[in-house]
Amino acid sequence: MNIYDIIFYLFAAITLVSAFMVVNTRNIVYSAFYLLFTFLGIAGIYVLLGADFIAIVQLIIYVGGILILMLFGVMLTNKITNVEIKSGTFQVLPAAIGVGIFAGLLTAILLNTGWKNFDSQIPNGTTAGLGMLLLNQYGFIFELLGILLLIALIGAATLARKEQ
Amino acid sequence: MIHVGLNHFLFISSILFSLGIFGIVTRKNAVMVLMGIELILNAANINFIAFAKYGNFGLQGQLMALFVIVLAAAEAAVALAIVLNIYKTFSTVNVDEIDTLKE
Repeated sequence: MNIYDIIFYLFAAITLVSAFMVVNTRNIVYSAFYLLFTFLGIAGIYVLLGADFIAIVQLIIYVGGILILMLFGVMLTNKITNVEIKSGTFQVLPAAIGVGIFAGLLTAILLNTGWKNFDSQIPNGTTAGLGMLLLNQYGFIFELLGILLLIALIGAATLARKEQ
Repeated sequence: MIHVGLNHFLFISSILFSLGIFGIVTRKNAVMVLMGIELILNAANINFIAFAKYGNFGLQGQLMALFVIVLAAAEAAVALAIVLNIYKTFSTVNVDEIDTLKE
């Protein structure tokens, strides 16, 4: 058991425990903050998989952007001054049984599949390679994503503004 | 303990996916449902990047993960705008109380 394994188990524990807390804490703000630790753990797992650029993007976009957006959503959709920020739950037991069976099934499938194991093809720094792919082979998709982000920006602003 | 390999990462991804589904089906608050969706997207991303390392695909798996992150950002923005509109109309974001199509 070398240092790589120890770090992997550390990040895996952070990710899974905080993800469990996200779906089981009743206070939504606590859920959002547990989600922060889930994203941090996932970023660590990306680093262990040799995806340094994706890990940084995960930190910037998920932790810095999407999570703050979620917190805005929580704050704007609850009457903070008079009602506690709680999220009700329903049908927990059937959902737990169903999801447990589903998770067991997934685990059984992945354990019983004979994955081919190639040697790692990932270079030590992925940023240059990703940039080359993004601007050459995937240039069209890159442009489409830019247009999609513009549409999402305009659409979200139009949806959320006050009626004139 | 056995050496960390592809199965470990796939296991984490499958557990995250299941927890995301659990959050979506059990929570009433619409923002919590969005958090469940984010968990599921992250599980998919772990799969992409794990197969990019252990498969023979070069960097293309990581590129797909990048696209998923961009789509997740766009989805979160639009979904939260919709949630805000629902809150303005119904004064609640509990998905079980929102059952009218027209005011």
